[in-house]
Amino acid sequence: MVRYAPGADLWGEPLATLRRIQDEVNRAFGDQRWTPAAEFPPVNIWRAPDGLIITAEIPGVKLDAVDLTVHQNTLTLKGSRSPEAPGGETSWHRRERTYGPFSRVIELPYAVDPDHVKASVQHGVLSVELPRPETDKPRKINITAKS
Amino acid sequence: MADISGDPRATHQRGAETTRNVPVFLPAADIYENKDALFLSLELPGVDGEALSVTLEKRVLTVSGRSRAQPPQGYSLTHAEYRDGDYERTFTLSEAIDADKIEAELTDGVLRLRLPKAQPAPAKAINVKAVG
Repeated sequence: MVRYAPGADLWGEPLATLRRIQDEVNRAFGDQRWTPAAEFPPVNIWRAPDGLIITAEIPGVKLDAVDLTVHQNTLTLKGSRSPEAPGGETSWHRRERTYGPFSRVIELPYAVDPDHVKASVQHGVLSVELPRPETDKPRKINITAKS
Repeated sequence: MADISGDPRATHQRGAETTRNVPVFLPAADIYENKDALFLSLELPGVDGEALSVTLEKRVLTVSGRSRAQPPQGYSLTHAEYRDGDYERTFTLSEAIDADKIEAELTDGVLRLRLPKAQPAPAKAINVKAVG
């Protein structure tokens, strides 16, 4: 969550300062993708008159390991990433990937019929189609002029 | 992260400029080794096997991949936390690798590489001729 607070005391918000420094470091060294403070998975939301598409980057997670639940107008995305345990004696050089359980709750602009939700994973990108229910769609009202 | 589409200022350039107007990211990597091999796993969401190249030249390993993710037709982006882009990362290996036996596998957007260490050449005794 990025908050814009003009004139705010920077030292009053040490986390914001840290994040700003991290942003600057990231910019200097390239667009690093593994900002650890970010929530997992990163989500994009696409909108059209007939519905929404939610895409999320979940590299290394299979579709059957993702738990999607729709309750009225909330979508919950849950799952877990388990670290690959190398057998035998190993030594680590870099650990940039993150592991463990994840969960995101997304509030939708309308209640979705769970039977019409479609989800797929392709090359580590999850895509969830949430069609807008007929009852929620705007309806044109015919106006008859009385003379 | 509000800036998503083809803003040229957003294009991240590392050294050489790219011809495609998309950002190039450094993929997150895990690297570990045991006595036989070096293992790498890199996160490349959106990349399929055909758009991926892995090269080892001398001791420089380069991984580059192009994202095949397409924006859904007829939809507009209303909330963005990530951007699609290409990936490139170079590693300098400190040990000799048996290049013919490298194994690479891409599943669910994760590239896993196994780089077997080259067997050291057996020590050879050199006969020194004493002259004079």
